[in-house]
Amino acid sequence: MSAELSQSLILATPELFLAVAAMALLMVGVFGDERSNTLVTGLAVAVLAGATAWMLFFGGDGAAFNGAFVSDPFARFMKFLTFVGAILTLIMSVGFAKAEKFDKFEFPVLILLATLGMALMVSANDMIALYLGLELQSLALYVIAAINRDNVRSTEAGLKYFVLGALSSGMLLYGMSLVYGYTGHTGFDEIAAVLSGGERQLGLVFGLVFVLAGLAFKISAVPFHMWTPDVYEGAPTPVTAFFAAAPKMAAMALIVRVTVGAFEPVAPDWQQIIVFVAIASMLLGAFAAIGQRNIKRLMAYSSIGHMGYALVGLAANTEAGVRGVVIYMLIYLVMTLGTFAFILAMRRKEGNVEQIDELGGLASTNPVMATILTILMFSLAGIPPLAGFWGKWYVFLAAIDAQLYALAVIGVLASVVGAYYYLRIIKIMWFDEPVGAFVPMAGELRLVLGLSGAFVLFYVLIGGPVGTMAEAAAKTFF
Amino acid sequence: MLTGLEAIFFYLFAFIAVAAAFMVIAARNPVHSVLYLILTFFNAAGLFLLTGAEFLAMILLVVYVGAVAVLFLFVVMMLDVDFAEMKRGALQYAPIGALVGLILAAEIVVVVGGYAFVPELATAVAQPTPAPDVRHNTAALGDILYTDYIYFFQIAGLVLLVALIGAIVLTLRHKEGVKRQSVPAQVARTPETAIEVVDVETGKGI
Repeated sequence: MSAELSQSLILATPELFLAVAAMALLMVGVFGDERSNTLVTGLAVAVLAGATAWMLFFGGDGAAFNGAFVSDPFARFMKFLTFVGAILTLIMSVGFAKAEKFDKFEFPVLILLATLGMALMVSANDMIALYLGLELQSLALYVIAAINRDNVRSTEAGLKYFVLGALSSGMLLYGMSLVYGYTGHTGFDEIAAVLSGGERQLGLVFGLVFVLAGLAFKISAVPFHMWTPDVYEGAPTPVTAFFAAAPKMAAMALIVRVTVGAFEPVAPDWQQIIVFVAIASMLLGAFAAIGQRNIKRLMAYSSIGHMGYALVGLAANTEAGVRGVVIYMLIYLVMTLGTFAFILAMRRKEGNVEQIDELGGLASTNPVMATILTILMFSLAGIPPLAGFWGKWYVFLAAIDAQLYALAVIGVLASVVGAYYYLRIIKIMWFDEPVGAFVPMAGELRLVLGLSGAFVLFYVLIGGPVGTMAEAAAKTFF
Repeated sequence: MLTGLEAIFFYLFAFIAVAAAFMVIAARNPVHSVLYLILTFFNAAGLFLLTGAEFLAMILLVVYVGAVAVLFLFVVMMLDVDFAEMKRGALQYAPIGALVGLILAAEIVVVVGGYAFVPELATAVAQPTPAPDVRHNTAALGDILYTDYIYFFQIAGLVLLVALIGAIVLTLRHKEGVKRQSVPAQVARTPETAIEVVDVETGKGI
């Protein structure tokens, strides 16, 4: 084995481990007995934890496989978020799987393979690597969305996601072919070198627009958001939690790497696209969520809005901006997982409920749950001193430093509108008539909800070290 | 330019390939269509051989004729698709098809015409194709797939694995009451469990 190849394999060890472990777990599931689902889920969590630990303790910097794969502080930070999202989703799915006859061992295996795809996306430093990582992730997600195949809404969600996802992949590929045609390279470093040398060509901008459109679909940014509410509502709740958490981390990391990394020399061209997408996402997320009665649909619009806020930081195209994006994604991940742990716990004897009205009077029937959700909702709305406020603070500050005043003002106004529907949930919980208690919360959901609430509440205390890590991640590009 | 035997075989393969491809869409019987498709593949493989790409030629035969075309044949024969019914309205789309054909033809003219008007283009490619006797095409393909792009090749394999798992998860149903052969159960049978001695009374059944 050549030294270069072994060097590459060492850099990509967490990914290799995930791939091999996913195949091994598939065997365990196939040849195991009926109850192998819990075993496979447990092993999948262990595998993800092992890959995370390896990455944190032994992860080095450098490029592998002729520059197609890159490992740097930014990649490790975003991969850490992705892995944490996947681990917590798997843990949260255990109780749901038992209660809803959702016990397929393929679910944890597909989650592992999707997470592998996300890790490859985060580390992608080449257009082909980008596309293959994205497809690996998306294909696994299409299947997971439809995994409850006897349920019409779940299959509808899977089919919708698949058709629209295939369309967005087509746009992405078309854009990539244009970029390749006008630069002659697929590697991000080579593209950046060619762009900084020559003049700007119109065809390249076309390619850039298509690439960004394909990527915006994956983070469900407006105007490529149409699939989100239906898929979030139709898919089984643990799957929705996964959709709202891990893939967004990877896709956002990819957008940052493509824009700030590969297309840095044509920054003004992509900045205007990002500014438009950010404003549209923030406004749509704020206004369209007002009328929602289903909490999963509400979270879908909420995630659209939050992606808009995160993009505000990227639009600045500065180190502070990327740091803001990284911190925002971390805080968004924690808040989303906490909220979905709560949604999974919205359960009566006859089954799970999803309507917001069902939360009526929760403060009197289950004050602890109500209090933590109140904290999470205040944080999602961006009320200081909770974590959500600091996320918005960093991205808006970066936008103002980059003199994008209009963007920052619209963002603040949109978050005021958005606060309405978060506060409405709080109002229903604390001031409406009780509609009956939920069954006691499962232990794993309690754990996730408690951790998330504590993180959001005490973010002020740990914000310093988190900011330092995010800064190290953002330095990768500047 | 092609001369001598090479030219004769080129035109032979090319003519049969085009004619067979036309018959694929013109044949009334869908099974004949698939057979013509196989003939097209064979002639395309012959064209590959003429250009020195013998590995591609053999792969075309193994994969397309051996697997894909046979799969088509199975589909055509197993599924009761009424092709006459499907073809009935096909003619109304002829203008659109002709338009697409025109565009493709124009593109071919542009590409080939480019070489005719600007002969330097042929030497301006980023990486010229080496002659078959210098660089063996099997080795070149192997280098690209398994050395230069091993990373992409492996991820593509994983994508296919996910597709496989997905197809099974979403469609496989373990039906109750399906009679499957169980060799251990058959071997474990003894005369005592397999044979029942019945005393049949005259004039009555069992």
